[in-house]
Amino acid sequence: MRCAEREDEFESRRQHLQKMSDEELHTYFWSLVDQIVEPLIQEARNNTTPSIERSVLLRMGFSSIEAKALVEGFQERGLLGSGAGRLVLKLAQAKGCSMREAGMALLEGLQWEDLGP
Amino acid sequence: MKLSPNEKLDVEEILKDLDCYRPKRKGWVWRCKIEDQPIGPFVFKDTAENLTRSVPLPAAARSFGDIDPQCDYVITTEIASGRFEDDLRRMRMAAWHGADHIMVIRTTGQSHIDGLIEGTPEGVGGIPITRKQIRATRKALDAIEEEVGRPINFHSYVSGLAGPEIAVLFAEEGVNGAHQDPQYNVLYRGINMHRSFVDAAEAKKVMADSGILQLDGAHNANATAKEAWKVTPELFVQHAINTAYSRAAGMPADQIALSTVPPTAPPAPKLRLDVPYAVALREIFAGYKFRAQQNTRYVEADTTEATVTHVLDTLISRLTSADIQSTITPDEGRNVPWHYNNIEGVNAARQTLMGVDGLMEIVQLKEDGTLRKKARELKERAVLFLEEIVEGGGYYAAVEAGQFVDSGYFPERKGDGITREANGGDGAETVIPRASDYGAPVCSHFGNNVYAERDGKPCDDYGGCTLCDPSKIQYIDEVDAEDTVHTRLEAPLADRSAGLLRPEVEKHGDGIVCVTLFLPAAPDIAEAAALETARRMGLQNPEVISCRLMHPAEGSVFEVKGVLDVALRVDELMLPAYEKALPDAEIEAWVRPREIHVVAATVGEDEHSVGLHEILDIKHGGIEKYGFRCHDLGTSVPLERLLDFVEETGASAVLISTIITHGDVHKRNMQRLHELACARGLRDRLVLIVGGTQVTDELARECGMDAGFGRGTTGRDVGSFLVRRLHSIQAD
Repeated sequence: MRCAEREDEFESRRQHLQKMSDEELHTYFWSLVDQIVEPLIQEARNNTTPSIERSVLLRMGFSSIEAKALVEGFQERGLLGSGAGRLVLKLAQAKGCSMREAGMALLEGLQWEDLGP
Repeated sequence: MKLSPNEKLDVEEILKDLDCYRPKRKGWVWRCKIEDQPIGPFVFKDTAENLTRSVPLPAAARSFGDIDPQCDYVITTEIASGRFEDDLRRMRMAAWHGADHIMVIRTTGQSHIDGLIEGTPEGVGGIPITRKQIRATRKALDAIEEEVGRPINFHSYVSGLAGPEIAVLFAEEGVNGAHQDPQYNVLYRGINMHRSFVDAAEAKKVMADSGILQLDGAHNANATAKEAWKVTPELFVQHAINTAYSRAAGMPADQIALSTVPPTAPPAPKLRLDVPYAVALREIFAGYKFRAQQNTRYVEADTTEATVTHVLDTLISRLTSADIQSTITPDEGRNVPWHYNNIEGVNAARQTLMGVDGLMEIVQLKEDGTLRKKARELKERAVLFLEEIVEGGGYYAAVEAGQFVDSGYFPERKGDGITREANGGDGAETVIPRASDYGAPVCSHFGNNVYAERDGKPCDDYGGCTLCDPSKIQYIDEVDAEDTVHTRLEAPLADRSAGLLRPEVEKHGDGIVCVTLFLPAAPDIAEAAALETARRMGLQNPEVISCRLMHPAEGSVFEVKGVLDVALRVDELMLPAYEKALPDAEIEAWVRPREIHVVAATVGEDEHSVGLHEILDIKHGGIEKYGFRCHDLGTSVPLERLLDFVEETGASAVLISTIITHGDVHKRNMQRLHELACARGLRDRLVLIVGGTQVTDELARECGMDAGFGRGTTGRDVGSFLVRRLHSIQAD
C-alpha cells in the first residue's frame, strides 16, 4: 500500500505547533521519537537472530566458520531461543571440558543429544 | 613495522605474521583544537596539532614557508577500489595530505551475505570486509599514523545481515568508526525490518562498549530523492530514530554522529536552502556529533563543478558546525574514484577550511528573518512527519505505507516512497524469541540475558571472551586458494623485481590514463574526433568520461580515459641530475667577503614579480641573506637594460624571471639574453639564470642559460648554484 498523493497541508496542520517555543517543540519532537522507538527496542530485548548468536560464539573464541555451523545446528533443532553461547557453555560445564572442546565435539556431530535448555 | 618516507609500502611485510597482529589502540580519536595557534606568518583560530610529515598545499611551498596548518575537523576520505593491497597506498597518500578518517567501502552484495567472509577475495566497488583484510589494513594504518604523527580512524560498515558479527569483528580488530543504521538495511537493502532492528541493538551495544564512533545512514535519502531539498523533513526523522534507538541500546551521545549533507547544488540557491536546514538540525540534535558529508546527488562528470559544490558544502560546515568533514572525490560522479582524486577531495576541504579559518569571529548567522523562519518550518514539518508515524501505528507500519523517501515536501505526498513489507525481505522469519533461560555469556550483549543478571562479567565462567582476552580470537587466513592477495601480488612483485613502472589511477599497473582534448567542432563530431584522437595516441578502449560544451559550433572539451599498455624500465629513464644544495653557512662564507653583484628583473612584457622576490628578498629567505648585492630592476625590463647594468656594476650574474609563455616568448628571451651577452663580450664571466613556473633546467640550458629553476625553488637552491658556478669560473 502506498501513501495517497496529498497537497502540502503544512499551514493547516501546524496550528497546534505554532504556539510552542523552540524548546517545547524540541521536547515534543523527542517524545514522539521515543514513542516510535520503544516497541522496536523492546522487540530487540526479547528476541535474537542467527547473526547475534554467531556474534556471541565469535566472542567465545569460535571462528566464523565454526560459529555458522553451530548456529545452524541449534536452529535446526529449535534450540536457538536458549542462546548458542549458553548451550555450548552448559555442555562444557556438564562434560567437564573446555568450551572449545565442547563446541568442537558438536561440530563433529557428537553430544547433540546432551544439549538442553 | 616502521615506514620510511622514501620507501614504498611493503605489502609483503604487512601480510607477515598477521595471525598474531593486534591493533595498537581502539576507539575513535578526535583532533584537539588549539586556539590562536601561531604557524608560519599567521595565527590560526580553528586548527589542531601539526603533522610531523605531510605534503602541504601547493601555495604553502610557493609562498608561505611550507606551513601545513591542520583544521580542527577530522577529515574523511572514502576508498573503494576492491583491492585492499592497493588501497593501502592510497590511504598513505591521503594521510600525508591531512586525512585522518579512512572510510573503506564494502564490496557490492556483502549486505546480503548471512555471515562473515574470510580471506582476501577481490571486491567490486569496495572490498569484502574480512578479518584478514581489516587486520592488514589496521596494521598498515598503525604504521602510517606513526609516519604522519596523527592517529588515523579506520572505518567501515556494520550493516546487512551480519551486523552483530561485523560489529564484534570491528571491536576485536581496532576499527574506529562504522556506519550503523537499521533504516538503511530496510529502505535500501530490502532486508527484513524486524531482523534489521533486532540485529542493530546488539551491534550498537558492541560498538558503544568498544568506543567505535557510529555514523547513521540518513544521507542516503538525499542521494536517492528526486528533489533532495524536499526530503529534509524526513531526514530529521531518520536521524532521530537511529539516534534514539542507539541511546536505548546503550550508546553514549558522543559516539553518535549524524551523517548530514547539504542537499542542493548550484545553480540552486544552495546556501539559502541548505543553511536553515543545517541550523535546524544542529539545534534539535544538540549534544550529538556531526559528520558533514558533501553532496553527491548533483555531482556528475565535471570535476570542477563537483569541487565548487564541495567547497560550498565545506563552507556550510564552518558557518554551522561539524566534527567530521567528509570528502567526496571530484570524480565520483563518473567512475569508481581514482586514488589521486581522493587526494584532490581532501585538499579541496583542507584548502577551504584553512581559507575560512576564524570566519565565525567576523560573521554571524542572523537571529531573525528568513533563516529562523525556515529553520522553524523544517522542525515543524519534521514533527508532523513523526505524528503521522505514531498515528499510523509505528515505524514498521510507516515503511509498509511507503512514508519514507517520498518526493513530496512533507506533509505534501507524491505517493512514490519506498515500500517494504514488515514480514518480507531478506532474512525474513529469522527473528527468534528468547526463552526465559536465554543466555549469552559474553560482554557487550544487549537485552535479556541470564548471565547479565549476576555479579561479575558474563564471560567469567570460562576466563573471558575475546573482548577481554584477544588471544582467543580465531584467525582464518584464506579459504579460496585462487582469489587471494597473494595471487594478485604476483604481477606487481614481478614488475618491481624487473624494475618496471606503469601508469595507474586505481590499481597497480592498471595503465589507465586520462587526456584532456578540445575539439573545435559541433558536439557529435567533436566527441567522435576526441575518441579517435585518443586511439591514435595509443589508448586502448578510449571512453569519454567528461564532456563540456564550450559553444554549439565552436567546440567542446573532453576528458577521455583509456588504457596505455606501456611498461617503462626505471633503469633506462633519463633522470635530471640534481645537485644537493650547499648548506646555508657554506654559501654565506663564500659570498660575503666577495661583494658579488647580481642583477635581476622580470623580462619582456611581463609584470609578474612574486617569484623573483622569493628568490632575492631576505625576508623570504632569498639570496640577499648570504650577502649577494642584489639589484632588482623590476618588471617588463628590456634585456639590454639588464646588461647595461651588469657593465655598470661589474655584476657576476643575471637572474631573469619569465612567467608568460605565449608564443614561446620565454624561450626567445633566454636565447636573446645569451646572444646579447655574447655580443658584448660578457658571457664568459657572466652567469645567466632563469626562473619561472614553466621553466625547466633542461629548457633553460637549451636556450643558452647556465641554469633554469622551476616551481618550488628556494633562495638556497639559487645561491648554492651561483656559488658553485662562480667558483668554477674563478678557478678557470
